[in-house]
Amino acid sequence: MKKGRLTGAKAIIKSLESQGVEVLFGLPGGAILPFYDELPKSKIKHILTRHEQGAAHMADGYARASGKVGVCLATSGPGATNLVTGLATAYMDSSPIVAITGQVSRSMIGNDAFQEVDITGITIPITKQNYLVKQVADLPHIIDQAFSLASTGRKGPVLIDIPRDVQLEEFSADRVNRAPLEGYNPTIKGHPGQIKKAVQLIKTAEKPVIITGGGVFHSDSSKGLQNVAEKADIPIVNTLMGKSTFPNSHELYFGMLGYHGRVAANTAVSEADVIIAVGVRLGDRTTGPLDTFAKQAKLIHIDIDPAEISKNVSSCLPIVGDARNILRELEGLLPKMRHREWIGRLKEISKAHPLPAKMGGVSTPNILRILEQVVKDPILVTDVGKHQMFASHYISTESPRSFITSGGLGTMGFGVPAAIGAKVARPDRTVIDIAGDGSFMMTCNQIATAVQYNIPICVLVMNDYCLGMVHQLQDVFYGKRYQAVNFDKSVNYAKLAEAMGAPGIRVTEEKEIKGAIEKGLSCGRPCVIDFMLEDNSNVYPMVTGSTLLEYKE
Amino acid sequence: MRHTISILTDDTPGVLTRISSLFSRRGFNIESLSVGHTERPGKSRFTIVVEGDEKVLEQVRKQLQKLVHVIKAWGISREESVEREHALLKIQMNEKQRGEILQIITAVQARIVDSSNRMWILEVTGDTSAIDNAFNLFKHYKIIESIRTGKISLERGSGKATRR
Repeated sequence: MKKGRLTGAKAIIKSLESQGVEVLFGLPGGAILPFYDELPKSKIKHILTRHEQGAAHMADGYARASGKVGVCLATSGPGATNLVTGLATAYMDSSPIVAITGQVSRSMIGNDAFQEVDITGITIPITKQNYLVKQVADLPHIIDQAFSLASTGRKGPVLIDIPRDVQLEEFSADRVNRAPLEGYNPTIKGHPGQIKKAVQLIKTAEKPVIITGGGVFHSDSSKGLQNVAEKADIPIVNTLMGKSTFPNSHELYFGMLGYHGRVAANTAVSEADVIIAVGVRLGDRTTGPLDTFAKQAKLIHIDIDPAEISKNVSSCLPIVGDARNILRELEGLLPKMRHREWIGRLKEISKAHPLPAKMGGVSTPNILRILEQVVKDPILVTDVGKHQMFASHYISTESPRSFITSGGLGTMGFGVPAAIGAKVARPDRTVIDIAGDGSFMMTCNQIATAVQYNIPICVLVMNDYCLGMVHQLQDVFYGKRYQAVNFDKSVNYAKLAEAMGAPGIRVTEEKEIKGAIEKGLSCGRPCVIDFMLEDNSNVYPMVTGSTLLEYKE
Repeated sequence: MRHTISILTDDTPGVLTRISSLFSRRGFNIESLSVGHTERPGKSRFTIVVEGDEKVLEQVRKQLQKLVHVIKAWGISREESVEREHALLKIQMNEKQRGEILQIITAVQARIVDSSNRMWILEVTGDTSAIDNAFNLFKHYKIIESIRTGKISLERGSGKATRR
């Protein structure tokens, strides 16, 4: 090859390197082989996953744990479609990932070639942007733009589909096509007038409350949030996505609100006169029935995405921009305030409505209680189901980016691969996946990936041989008619882990819990602990009526 | 209620799909859609007419504005804009009808753009109601086939929405 010329495959690697990418999660196939052929010449690490869905979740977990863009790779056709659940998960939770897929050669596109699928068409509603690269000279620019789009404004997944012959084609590095994006200018700085109005409104408030969500998580605004809350003495409640954005042991913290929210948190938003919602979508799991949500309150809605303003709940005072900047401005402008009476009331409610689960036996709350004693400040990753709600209530997180969960899409099977991604991003931290057996079975093949690269995550399977959350819904809303929720007890998850080369521990008695967790965390290898739950009691509180204050606990 | 939305975009593949899917996802039926190049190279402008709830439509507009290749999306009010639509009608007639049809052509300011035997192709331009009116008048004759372009709109006055 002549000097100054490079192939598409080389150009991809050069661009990834210049973006600072350190690791890729992927699974090759015919249409992406030219790229893989070049990869060993780069310092970028590659983790071979056992299924592409896992590759996408790993990139997602990596992104959430580190704040950097996660990158996953797949081949054309089924490789690309297997990414779809992972992309949708990242899209719903605004997680910055870039997915690169191989495509059949340009001349074959549209001819129903082997392993051809219109993946840019398929992923339109679940990506922030996607590209089908038709000219090799577009590649460097498209990759740069993809990283920029994924990681700025409201973050999200971007997919780049690259035909095999584009990866092979040569071009001159100085003939790179550029096309700036005129229509993409995310608002970063909050409008000063709106911020001043918000300060005035907060000053008049007697019962203010802050709702913190995923936007605070992704913009690393925890410090600013804490400063505002402490200076103005405002209680904090969180959405599921916002759990690790505020120290849970703080006296201003009143837990998660919403459908499975704490009574104190739901009371706070139902009685507040001013609500400051920071980086939250106010989705249906957070608000409960919209027509009764916080009717008495004035809503200050801070979000980087203007389309979120008044989407679900009419906002009295929107501030569009990056939460970190806006919280800093608010902190500067707000006077020191005291709301002790209001906070005292919430504390009373909190005391009158403690978490209802009994602590004992091999039960999820008890396991989480013991886990909290054994390990300090881990990154907790969860799957989706009852264990996820238990984890959101029964274990505290104290530092940012420490609670990683599929909040919006509710993707079962997210946990194991996301935990692997998180551990790759943060090898210095203990990473624990709290899973249910239903979720675990969906992506447990990735334990083999963790073993191959020795990524020591600890998976705690809350095993009731049942789809627990579905069981709970049938219990409460379907007259206890349990349909299609019970698994037979043929699978031994500990032995399954061992078959893949990871230590597996089965726990059947309460006295074994602590030892098993200690053993799992100290073995230095990926491990699976199969907790045989004694009961599959429901997770409460749970809103059952037409307001957040009609609940079962 | 009927709404007209104007969208200035980059002229790039996939824009139309992304725009139309935002409407279809919420169950809006696009009544008419027209798109073409603008005075700026590489930029296209859409005029979309939809019927639906104003609040939901405002949400769609915000979502449109979020699309990476959309430069601007805005609603256009009828009073403050000039609207035009174009239609072609192929009409078959007998000798007796010729005179009547010619009268209607004059009345609605249509033009005959093609004629062969007893078949004429007529062209009509005007706002939506003018086109509706022409169709109403011609429907008593044998319309073989017809087509409408969909509405295009520009705001009156010196304002230029496409400048940023």
